[in-house]
Amino acid sequence: MKASNKSWKEVLIDRMPDRLAKELDIFENEITLKKQGKIDDKVFAETRLRRGAYGQRYDNGARHDGRVERKLAYPAASLTKGPNTLWDAPGMQRIKIPFGSLNAEQLETLAEVAEEYSDGIAHLTTRQDVQLHFVHIEDVPSLQRRLAAVNITTREACGNTVRNVTACPYAGVCMGESFDVTPYAKATAYFLLGHPDTQNFGRKFKIAFSGCGETACGLTRIHDIGLIAVTRQFNGRTQRGFEMYVGGGLGTVPYQAKLMEEFVLEAELLPLCQAMGRVFARLGEKKNRNTARMKFLVAKLGLEEFKRLVAQERASLPRDERWTSYLHDIARYQENALKPPSLLQISPSAPAGFEEWRKTNVAPQRQPGYVTAMVTLPLGDITATQLRKVADACRKYVRETIRVTVEQNLLLRWVSEADLPALSADLNDAGLGQPGAGTIADITACPGTDTCKLGISSSRGLAGELRKLFVLQNGSVDEAVRGLRIKISGCFNSCGQHHIADLGFYGVNRNKNGYAVPHFQVILGGQWTENGGAYGLAIGAVPSKRIPETVNRITSRYLAERQADESFQDFVRRIGKAECKKMLDDLTQVPPHDADPSFYTDWADAREYTLGDMGVGECAGEVVSPIEFALTACEREVFEAQLHLDGGEFEAAARTAYGSILHAATALLDWRMLPHEKSAGGIVDQFRKQFYDTQLFFDPFVGGKFAHYFFAAHENASVHHDADTAHRLVEEAQLFLEACHSCYGRVMAQPVAV
Amino acid sequence: MNAEMAGRVQVQHVNVKIFAEDTAGVDLACAIPVFHRWIQENVCEELLIDVADYRHVPEGPGVVLVGHEANYSLDLSEARLGLLYNRKAPADHNPRENLTQAFRAALSACRRLEQEPEFHGALKFNAGECQVILNDRLLAPNTKATWQALKADFENFFGGLYGAGYTLDHSSDPRERFRVGVKAIDAVDALSLLPALDRLRTDP
Repeated sequence: MKASNKSWKEVLIDRMPDRLAKELDIFENEITLKKQGKIDDKVFAETRLRRGAYGQRYDNGARHDGRVERKLAYPAASLTKGPNTLWDAPGMQRIKIPFGSLNAEQLETLAEVAEEYSDGIAHLTTRQDVQLHFVHIEDVPSLQRRLAAVNITTREACGNTVRNVTACPYAGVCMGESFDVTPYAKATAYFLLGHPDTQNFGRKFKIAFSGCGETACGLTRIHDIGLIAVTRQFNGRTQRGFEMYVGGGLGTVPYQAKLMEEFVLEAELLPLCQAMGRVFARLGEKKNRNTARMKFLVAKLGLEEFKRLVAQERASLPRDERWTSYLHDIARYQENALKPPSLLQISPSAPAGFEEWRKTNVAPQRQPGYVTAMVTLPLGDITATQLRKVADACRKYVRETIRVTVEQNLLLRWVSEADLPALSADLNDAGLGQPGAGTIADITACPGTDTCKLGISSSRGLAGELRKLFVLQNGSVDEAVRGLRIKISGCFNSCGQHHIADLGFYGVNRNKNGYAVPHFQVILGGQWTENGGAYGLAIGAVPSKRIPETVNRITSRYLAERQADESFQDFVRRIGKAECKKMLDDLTQVPPHDADPSFYTDWADAREYTLGDMGVGECAGEVVSPIEFALTACEREVFEAQLHLDGGEFEAAARTAYGSILHAATALLDWRMLPHEKSAGGIVDQFRKQFYDTQLFFDPFVGGKFAHYFFAAHENASVHHDADTAHRLVEEAQLFLEACHSCYGRVMAQPVAV
Repeated sequence: MNAEMAGRVQVQHVNVKIFAEDTAGVDLACAIPVFHRWIQENVCEELLIDVADYRHVPEGPGVVLVGHEANYSLDLSEARLGLLYNRKAPADHNPRENLTQAFRAALSACRRLEQEPEFHGALKFNAGECQVILNDRLLAPNTKATWQALKADFENFFGGLYGAGYTLDHSSDPRERFRVGVKAIDAVDALSLLPALDRLRTDP
């Protein structure tokens, strides 16, 4: 949609790392091919998901406006970017921020792309990502090039891949950590990014690091692989390693990760993750996405058998230098402060609200004289202007050491303590100086019905309402309640992490009085600490509009009846689930529509509530066989050959066309798991034997004709090409590719012998 | 900016923010049902999609009516309420046409908002005070060179709109988008500017 889209590549060509630049050229060509109808919807959907370009609510072209369902008549009409997903419909761009670490230039670039391609807001997620909403698919390559120019990749931000590798935002400065997990998280993120062993998953795969087992900053227990830093003494030396937890995850039915290894040596971290990826790719469910996460595989096999398979896989892996090369520099890894350490001088000229902010948003580092300062972001949202002001603070007070947290805030690290009043004043000036980090007012919420296709109720609307309530009560909230956490999901999929909150909510619908009424299921008893140590249980659904009253009633009773220092979890356990439910019985009632129509609309939405807007989620993406990706890449190569041809570069056109034929043949061999030499001659020989001699590749009408294109192209690989011969070869490459698709389709359509 | 860049300067993706007058009695929550009704009644030229609520963000986008070709919002950036029209769809490179189109859309939205019953007459705009932002850093980098390249177009346009009594103020922060503040000597009613826009569109 941007008029400048054609120019960014040229402007940024020298600023992007070659690898990222090439990836984005490929993606842009795939977009062109999709517009030409040359890529299948399912394949393109997974392709864009793997670049972080996600669907958004109403992208099927229909929206209920509160009265009737309306068709959204986009200019590109029926052109699609995935199954039932219209081309022009706005989408979400997820941007991976490994372990949440950003620098000032990256913050400024995020500000720019939020302003120019989105609605001026960057949304921080519970997995340390940044998300932009309402982005047009044709703006995505420019947006991603600008990010690539500051070393941010969106590759594998969505889809059935290794998602953002997260880590405790206090890593390296935490009082209680065993050691700084940052370099390990970084090594894991970049080792697995695009790794061949992580490309054939049936579902997403999440990894998290934590420096300790007690606090919740890394949330390792809710991940496919959770790694907690530990040390041990061995032969008089301190060894670093990790407790390795596997098979955790929230979702509809949450699973606690299980301790698979008590001590994984640092040198074994990457190979073990790789081995686990291979086991998951080989044995994980592919057809039923509802049971395809690794937690189901671990549960199905049992931890011991899973462990045995991983060990077996690990033993078979050829050594990779990258497993340990990063360890050589690890002892020297250390973030630095911008300013010398200092002590805070309490001054009467401190900004208004300074003490309150310091109490909730500032924490001491293990390095004396330094503190961390939390920038609280309501619902994880920050404007472009605020991002620039945070970038200024990053340069002024710290050496650009800032991290996204799993509670959707930003953490400045290495603040010299005496700078706190000035920092507080600067944050206030930017509208970012609110206190209340980590308190009941610091609510986590997923996008819900605002933008998510799966949302049932307005999680952000409710979060905004509750936040307003507690901000207003700020001074008067009892300490025991102040420290509780509220987390809200718009549906049962738990993106808002409602299972591990003191007070969790997820959106549900109830039909009352002949109408649909937005509700939230109330979850009590979850545990945030110990990395998400326990999952809460649902006690009943309450109408959305009565949730503030619900929160008030539960917290009031806790304050009135708690015993000594009884925790909220202990209180809930003591009075019991039945009593908790009984406490809310009257709040579950819905007045008739005529008496109070407000119950029949959701928070921050004036439309009469309906479930008609829900769509099919793209969270898992589609399960796409590697051959489909490989053949799509060949399509792109043929397209590039055409571009060379158009530009009069005949040798390049012929070379690229031949390459596409060779790669397509290789894809068929790999799909059938037929071993072959990597040389062109070896591929030709094996293809002839396995596909030509067996007639497997034969077209029902023209027999082996298309295979002969391959054989001829190989024989003539070294001849010079003019316009005619290059043109012919490009044509033949396209036909050969079509024949590969047909061959794959024919074989897949055959009945499977049982 | 080098010669190549200067040749690239374009008035595309025009954003116009028209500031509200006294905002004391304005409840931004009222914008939510209003914008949903605009979608139901299809009152704008653009394809309207949804409403986004950012009231919780200090000095943020406020309440946004998201469209395909453009967004409308009751915007709170810089702590000043105003109607922001954000043109997203590209157009032919004709500065006056593009400015006229954006102003017409913004003024029409202001006029409509002023009349919406939810605001009980509390929402009033001064069409004599506004900002123009070009939302594309590549086509309009925020530099003096861009300002020099576009100044005549802006003077021509605002002269036609306000006559002689106005000032233009280019904001020079290179990290910001190209932005010009415009202030007429007197407060101006949105309705009164629409005929001038018609003239600007038809004048050669």
